[in-house]
Amino acid sequence: MIKSKNLVETLKEHAFLAGFRPAHIDRLAAMAHEVHFERDQVIFREGDESSFFYLILSGKVALEVTALGKTLRVQTLREGEELGWSSAMETSSKHFQARALTVVRALAFDGARLREACEQECAFGYALMRRLLSVVASRLQAFRLQLLDMYSPEGPKTS
Amino acid sequence: MSALTLAPPDVMIPVAARLATVDKETHDTFTLTLAANSREQELPAFAPGQFSMLYVFATGELPISISGDPAERGKLVYTVRSVGKVTHALVTSRPGESIGVRGPFGTAWPLKESYGRDVLIVAGGIGLAPLRPAILHVLRHRGDYGRLIVLYGARSPQDLLFRKQLSAWNYVPDTLIINTVDYGGLSWRGNVGVVTTLFRHVRLQPARTTAMVCGPEIMMRYVVRELLARGLSDEDIHLSMERNMKCAVGFCGHCQLGPYFVCKDGPIFTYGKLKRWMDRYEL
Repeated sequence: MIKSKNLVETLKEHAFLAGFRPAHIDRLAAMAHEVHFERDQVIFREGDESSFFYLILSGKVALEVTALGKTLRVQTLREGEELGWSSAMETSSKHFQARALTVVRALAFDGARLREACEQECAFGYALMRRLLSVVASRLQAFRLQLLDMYSPEGPKTS
Repeated sequence: MSALTLAPPDVMIPVAARLATVDKETHDTFTLTLAANSREQELPAFAPGQFSMLYVFATGELPISISGDPAERGKLVYTVRSVGKVTHALVTSRPGESIGVRGPFGTAWPLKESYGRDVLIVAGGIGLAPLRPAILHVLRHRGDYGRLIVLYGARSPQDLLFRKQLSAWNYVPDTLIINTVDYGGLSWRGNVGVVTTLFRHVRLQPARTTAMVCGPEIMMRYVVRELLARGLSDEDIHLSMERNMKCAVGFCGHCQLGPYFVCKDGPIFTYGKLKRWMDRYEL
């Protein structure tokens, strides 16, 4: 288990929080607790209430979607990435299922406490939301490229 | 037209080589090895990134990048995806049959210019094939280069090319190979996501990195954005372009791209040369 002093250092080194102000790191550290997931453990399911936001410290997580009775892996996340951005939205539920592909070590943050902290200190909230927006934008872009099916023998889908 | 642009006549005449082996890479992609037809015949040397015109007699001719090791003389290796009449005829040819070869043609990956620098390879789908000679060259001359990073994306785990080699290369010092697939089933435990998502897992030193990129043009467009955002210059980004090459010597004009003929001015271009012409409608 990470001690509180080391927790601050761990957060400072996490890629998602690069450039975060020290005071904001301290605020996050006060809310963080370390969690572990076993290989193949489902971390959350699609439609679950968005309760936790995670910063992955080690291991690999798959985002999965089930359609027509099939489960498809659409993205994998690794150390230095975040998981569960929807917990920052009060009325949101999980958009994908998340499954640990390896043993995963992460820091977990309660979504309600995180939202409360954002309300209490707008500068903290803005810094966090900017990073989350960047994550959402890059995933949206990646999914658009996936939809194009670039490597299809027929070439990218254009209609 | 200047006399310099006229090709000597023998460049247009295919030389018959013997198909030595056909190896299945994936459900639709095969690696073909051509060898000399006789003791007297010598197959030409090539530079990584160059292509040949392969002629299946009575069927047709098409440009195929060379995917073998440039240090291995006496054979020419091509990795071909069966997507049309000629490629299907190529991959269903039997060892011992003759295949017509012209070339090699075109520009090469900037391997001499990259001495002492990190080499970043970004490949998508069959685009790994023209990059494999460059990877093999760097591995053979490992001390001459800095880090070798290969980011490779394919459609699915079943579509990943050269899987055994990719795994083996990861054990070479200062070499990092990361694969990803656009869609993975439940049995796939590797990375899932488009190739651009892999940039988050590597730390580049932009001033000393040369990037070599090959894949569908739309993929290359997004890869270029990632490279520029990470500080690489236009001249340190090299792209392999694909067009409808026919004569392969800049004579017929079928492969024109802006002011360039892809067959003789390319297929490898710096992004600096290409940026005005990439993704222009009807170019």
